Amino acid sequence: MNIDSIKNGIVIDHIPAGRGMKLYELLGLGRLDCPVAIIKNAASSQMGRKDIIKIDADIEVNLDIIGYVAPNVTINIIRGGELVEKKSIGLPETLVDVIKCKNPRCITSTEQEIKHVFRLDDPEKRVYRCAYCDTKASADS
Amino acid sequence: MIKHVIDILDLSVDEIDGLIKCADDIIANPEKYAHKCSGKKLATLFFEPSTRTRLSFEAAMYELGGNVLGFSEAQSSSAAKGESVADTAKTVSCYADIIAMRHPKEGAPMVAAQNASIPVINAGDGGHFHPTQTLADLLTIHREKGRLDNLTVGFCGDLKFGRTVHSLIGALARYSGLKVVLISPEELKLPSYVKNDVLKKGGIEYVQTASLEEHMPELDILYMTRVQRERFFNEEDYLRLKDSYILTPEKLAGAKSDLSIMHPLPRVNEISVEIDKDPRACYFKQVLNGKYIRMALILKLLKEAGTID
Repeated sequence: MNIDSIKNGIVIDHIPAGRGMKLYELLGLGRLDCPVAIIKNAASSQMGRKDIIKIDADIEVNLDIIGYVAPNVTINIIRGGELVEKKSIGLPETLVDVIKCKNPRCITSTEQEIKHVFRLDDPEKRVYRCAYCDTKASADS
Repeated sequence: MIKHVIDILDLSVDEIDGLIKCADDIIANPEKYAHKCSGKKLATLFFEPSTRTRLSFEAAMYELGGNVLGFSEAQSSSAAKGESVADTAKTVSCYADIIAMRHPKEGAPMVAAQNASIPVINAGDGGHFHPTQTLADLLTIHREKGRLDNLTVGFCGDLKFGRTVHSLIGALARYSGLKVVLISPEELKLPSYVKNDVLKKGGIEYVQTASLEEHMPELDILYMTRVQRERFFNEEDYLRLKDSYILTPEKLAGAKSDLSIMHPLPRVNEISVEIDKDPRACYFKQVLNGKYIRMALILKLLKEAGTID
């Protein structure tokens, strides 16, 4: 399988196998005009299998979304075909408008203008809670 | 920064101790406080019905010499026209000095707090939080027992939807020597997140039982709750469970002589009216204490906001 090397853009590496598509959807990459590649189930010496996303454009990505879906990824920033920066993320403490609260009794279900805010509750289990109603959301669900 | 009280845990143990001291002083010297809020206004924004909480807030403000404005149902507010909670809070901030808000949606008072320029007190948000009920409970326990630590507390009835139970367990968990007895039918057991996050995390001893009598002799406090119709989506489930636990004089046979029987009220039939004559019944004292602790809370928040001296 050949996927062109990118000139200026971002490579999100070490995504746990199976989470690449979720990340693609949450980051809204389907709306981009530039080339975007998802590599699923690539061989990895550390992880066995992994997903990789390559974005061939110099865009800002929402690091909170990436941290929520796959906190242990590596983000490689590419400029002029060269790797210029490598970033690790970790689980974000707060998520703003990344996920929506599913509790029908939550004020976010009716108050249209407010942001959906979740706070990290249990880093080990990757569990967040809605800042308004405390309903749990797990990154694995 | 303006202090709001949305969750009981917005108040530190020291702050709660201060409120209890202040409430005790109000009870002993009401005349000292009769004009503390003169010229100030409390807005009671009640988007769902309430007797006790709204009247308690209103009585509290009047006894502090202040005034009250507001509404007692969503239909008589601009919410009926579709106004957001955020806009209501901004509007009311122009008229009043402090807000007490009840809303059926969980988190609504937090949205109000984010948008108001005056202190907001959560007077109940759906099945979520009701911090001033918890303050009333803590004041009652303190006045009855003289302490908030080293207590064995039985919670009986609807432990699943009962927000007063969750809040009180959370508040008492911050004091040492707590033992909790959870008495409920299978369907209304305490949610696992309260058990895990509060009881297990805090290393608090607890037992779960379906029997009201089994642990009665150990209890210092018996906190009864109503099976609440409005928390059920399904009428059949409500009817099946509503009579699960009814406290009668016979069931109190093995209880301590200084047991305190509490209930956040309203009561339907879960405490027999014969118990009202028992000196161990504290639920109407709780109502009165609720007014005093709300007076203390209004004073604290208005002082911290620089609205009163």
